Amino acid sequence: MSVPVTTFDDALRGAGLFPLRASAVRVLQINVGRLCNLACRHCHVEAGPSRREVMSATTAALCMHVLAQTTIPVVDITGGAPELNPSFRWMVERSRALGREVTVRSNLTIMLVPSQADLPPFLADHEVEIVASLPYFTAGPTDAQRGAGVFERSIEAIRMLNALGYGEADGRLRLHFVYNPAGAYLPPAQHAIEADFRRELGRRYGIVFNALYTIANMPIGRFREFLEASGNYDRYMVRLAEAYKPSAAANVMCRTTLSVGWDGALYDCDFNQMLGLAIDRGAPTRLQEFSLERLMERRIVTGPHCYGCTAGAGSSCRGVVS
Amino acid sequence: MDGYYHQHDLPRFAEMGHHAPELWKRFSEWYGAVFAEGALTEREKALIALGVAHAVQCPYCIDAYTQVCLEKGSNLDQMTEAVHVASAIRGGASLVHGLQMRNAAAKVSM
Repeated sequence: MSVPVTTFDDALRGAGLFPLRASAVRVLQINVGRLCNLACRHCHVEAGPSRREVMSATTAALCMHVLAQTTIPVVDITGGAPELNPSFRWMVERSRALGREVTVRSNLTIMLVPSQADLPPFLADHEVEIVASLPYFTAGPTDAQRGAGVFERSIEAIRMLNALGYGEADGRLRLHFVYNPAGAYLPPAQHAIEADFRRELGRRYGIVFNALYTIANMPIGRFREFLEASGNYDRYMVRLAEAYKPSAAANVMCRTTLSVGWDGALYDCDFNQMLGLAIDRGAPTRLQEFSLERLMERRIVTGPHCYGCTAGAGSSCRGVVS
Repeated sequence: MDGYYHQHDLPRFAEMGHHAPELWKRFSEWYGAVFAEGALTEREKALIALGVAHAVQCPYCIDAYTQVCLEKGSNLDQMTEAVHVASAIRGGASLVHGLQMRNAAAKVSM
């Protein structure tokens, strides 16, 4: 067995999608740093407590300056644990004041850190949408991926959020979970596993949530290390390529997302950011050079890892794409 | 040949169509239809397949349907129970043949 012989660009050619271009910038995804209270085994960011890459107040202000110059409707704040960035709350307040939707990608356990005791009500007050990592509805697979005791703490945090009104059907406080496979395999059908989560979390813990997003593990960062150490890398890459769907490629998130790094560099997605694959071919590469006109139809930088977003029903920061 | 079973042979399964393409085509179409969602979900069918794979002790099938079960959202508790179901039927099938032994013994016994 060997890694895919069809390059991702050739796969795009086969679907008439080459060269892949952005179609708009609907989401400004800001990665505010790699500092995190957890060090999950699948983390493509390789985030953890010892990381020192943290977005400065100056760069955070530049992000908000750029946002104010545009009508980009959604701000998606990620990390690391984005809540640990000293500018996080100011960015939330500023984005909301500009009338934009704000999503935070949370590991949930951060809400139990003593210094973050007032975080849940802050998020509720600003109607921040929470997309939270919860790879399974039992402790075993969750703790295997995210660390001992993480499941139990996550449940405690979810109960706090539910008590504030997060996760209620048709409510204004939206709480979504993210399923990641706890190993070298693709995610299940999103609708099927969402039904399992809803039934089991409700039955066992009385928990409610709005939606479950299934996200494939990308073959980069710590997950790539796991694939290589376990002898699964080649097989996983072949699996991703075999599951390639043109309909998923047509809807990949990078076509409508712009990713900002902790240091103000611009990328097509958070995965390219972690691989150091900066935007190129003439489009602006840093916040200081931001030009929506030049970025909204930019050519996307691709690589073998892109198969991770086009396998099966596709994968994005919002789950399946087709 | 250093052994009969090799993981790298599994992706070569389609070579079985090289000298019987029409039969392979019919098998592939039927196989695909069998595992498509119907009265049973794809996940339920994968669990049945995993159990049968153990009953027929096919390492290729065990490898393939372990992966499929995980990708359909089954967990190890469910997959282990599926293997127990297959094992119980295998064990029970042997045991129930004990009645043939009893019948045969009765026939020749006074």
